[in-house]
Amino acid sequence: MVHTVPKVHLTGISKRYPGVQALEEVGFEIATGQVHALVGENGAGKSTLVKILAGVARPDAGKILLDGRMIEILGARHSASLGIAVVHQEFSLADDLSVAENVFLGRWSRGRWGTVDFRTLHRRAESLFQSLGAQLPLGIAARDLSVAQQQMVEIARALSMEARLLVLDEPSAVLSPTEVTALFRIIRRLTAQSVSVLYVSHRLDEILEQCNQVTVLRDGRHVSTREVAEASREQLIREMVGRPINEEFPARKSRRGETLLRVEGLTAPRRFRDVSFEVRSGEVFALTGLVGSGRSSVGTAVFGAVPHVKGELFVGGTRSTFRSPRQAKRAEVALVPEDRRRQGLLLERSVGENISLADYGAVSRFGILRVGRERNLAQRRIRELQIKAINPAVATATLSGGNQQKVTIARWLGKPCRIMILDEPTRGVDVGARTEIYSIINKLASRGTAVILITSELSEAIGMADRIGVMAGGRLMGILDNGNRSITQKLILELAVPTSARLESPSQGEPAA
Amino acid sequence: MSERPRHSVSSVLVAIRMPLILFLLMTASAILTEGRFLQIDNLVNVFRQVSLESLIAFGMTMVIVTGGIDLSVGSLVALAGVAAAAVMESLGTWSPTMRIAIGAVCGVMVGATFGGLSGAVIARLSIPPFIVTLAAMLVARGSAFILCGGQPVYELPGELMWWGRGFVLESWLGRLLPVPVLIMAGAYLFFLFLYARTVWGRCVIAVGSNETASYLAGIPVRAVKWSVYVVSGALSGLAGVLHDAKLMAGDPKVGEMWELNVIAAVVVGGTSLFGGRGTISGTLAGALIIGVLNNSLNLLHVEHFWQNVVLGLVILGASLLDAGLRRLNTT
Repeated sequence: MVHTVPKVHLTGISKRYPGVQALEEVGFEIATGQVHALVGENGAGKSTLVKILAGVARPDAGKILLDGRMIEILGARHSASLGIAVVHQEFSLADDLSVAENVFLGRWSRGRWGTVDFRTLHRRAESLFQSLGAQLPLGIAARDLSVAQQQMVEIARALSMEARLLVLDEPSAVLSPTEVTALFRIIRRLTAQSVSVLYVSHRLDEILEQCNQVTVLRDGRHVSTREVAEASREQLIREMVGRPINEEFPARKSRRGETLLRVEGLTAPRRFRDVSFEVRSGEVFALTGLVGSGRSSVGTAVFGAVPHVKGELFVGGTRSTFRSPRQAKRAEVALVPEDRRRQGLLLERSVGENISLADYGAVSRFGILRVGRERNLAQRRIRELQIKAINPAVATATLSGGNQQKVTIARWLGKPCRIMILDEPTRGVDVGARTEIYSIINKLASRGTAVILITSELSEAIGMADRIGVMAGGRLMGILDNGNRSITQKLILELAVPTSARLESPSQGEPAA
Repeated sequence: MSERPRHSVSSVLVAIRMPLILFLLMTASAILTEGRFLQIDNLVNVFRQVSLESLIAFGMTMVIVTGGIDLSVGSLVALAGVAAAAVMESLGTWSPTMRIAIGAVCGVMVGATFGGLSGAVIARLSIPPFIVTLAAMLVARGSAFILCGGQPVYELPGELMWWGRGFVLESWLGRLLPVPVLIMAGAYLFFLFLYARTVWGRCVIAVGSNETASYLAGIPVRAVKWSVYVVSGALSGLAGVLHDAKLMAGDPKVGEMWELNVIAAVVVGGTSLFGGRGTISGTLAGALIIGVLNNSLNLLHVEHFWQNVVLGLVILGASLLDAGLRRLNTT
């Protein structure tokens, strides 16, 4: 590490929200031209820190030095004008505007009559993407881009404002391994131009591989900052959680029983083709692949939520192609969807309501709710899954990601469940809650449920599954037996990434289901 | 993100904002009219004036909570009214009770059927409710005129009048409990229960909060969407029959602009046009706010043109106040 004036120097940053001290005296340095990772469980204060840098929240106390000069960030625009660019988890693209228009959103090159000068606009966008080493079709509408491409547009926009500090908030949560590699290629181009990057992520693998320094936050406090070269995975997890975690993936005795799900030649137009596999009782079957490989669609198709599906589906031996989730539910099939905020939860409604959503039969008689029963049920689930909610009446939006995820799982635990499909159950979930979710999955399997675990994280597939199905380009490329947890990531990637595409830019995938 | 104190001043203010606005408005009316507003006769009148539109507004609340809108309610009042009147007329030789019963059932059925058709198109074909019910509004209004040849139907059984202008327990209490107001009150209690205590009510809220999540949780989203338009149509039909009773005629011209008054009541009552949030009590309060306002402007002899101006501004003001109070609680 070169010891010059650090790019960013934070000291004593504190921020209090009603009822919670989000940050307390946090301080660390981000060196010039370095990639600095920021890790911590949900609620550790990462988001608050990002918000402060973005100018969305004001710290109660503390100093921020940028290039040695003390700054006070007054608002989002001010933050940008100071040279701080933040790419949030939720993208802020105008879906119907083109790539070029989005990059310079609101700052378009003007023509003579106040019209937009598209030629200049495209030229500027092109040179920007060139400097990033990425190629994007400039005229295409943002909604038609893959998630990775949309992220690229966000980054380009951030850089078009001549950022000196780029803050990336969980950028890899939506990316496939190849796309993450491409992202870091771009990040390195930036750091070469002495831009500093604050990289917020849950994924320790890529941090250990790709970042320079790493800072751990816990409960709003600074725990450690060190060179990545001196850090280990176990140590980081211990510091994040505050206690040692014996095993990230809790062990499970697999006891495979009869075949509960058999899929034959399942095909959904423009999503996936000719997918066949079977899952047994008590088994965890992982389905993995890059973004756009069709892994999510297969899950939703089995659940009856994808129209025009062809092929055969057998649940417990009986032929059953579901035409709606309702039918699937009746056959004791459950789905925890990929995007819990958009597809899983009624965010404004209470935890209790969200828990009874899939099983009103259990809390009603003749269509009339039995409020006491509903509350008891919710309280039981909250206890069982250790959901951190004061009572069932709190709005679901106030929970952390991990707890929200547990609510979407809790919904299906009330009734017998033969097949449980979990789509990215640990995305955006912190380490501690992750392990708890893995335990829930194990418990389900040991009760005889056939679990389909759809995941983009290879370590998760390897750590949890008995067998791993790998998808690419809408086809099931192969099924690997992982009986003794010995499959390597390389083996999976060889199936997931067609050899010809392995070195290309991340413009391949289309958005998943 | 953070837990907040459970009974802060602002949260209490938010919880009682509707009654509060109504109370302030009534106090102002009482003062400005030098007490005339508070006379029993007048208060009864206010309730009677808002009763039919409130009735429809309960159904509209359901529709709006699912994220939809129903512009056809006003026209359905006319169509159902004319249809009910025509049936009662054609059964001229039957006993009055039978004529009224069958006519009323027909009126409600016409409304429900029409609502059901709109609902089916909305739920099945995913066409925006605004467009579908706009079309239904025109079709229903036209049909009302066609059905009666443009002329109001007057041949109604005399006993019908009680349902529109009569009072319950008149010999004991005098003119205190108008029949349409009691019907509205009954509907209020019924919908209060339906909304908060039944699976159907929950489904309505769920669909409005997050349609995809509801679908993936196995809620019959289409059926739920369809059902709210049936309910809205049926209530419009009932209002049409009661309106017949009030006028003692089935008139194809009635109910104009009602859809907007009803939507105004629902929105002033704090229901979000984006769906997922709203209350039946809020809607009743919203209807009363508009009713009180109309009534006091009349008492004060404010010119009709100015009444509209004031009404528009108050609707805006109530919404701003509502939004402001809610923001107070969320930041």
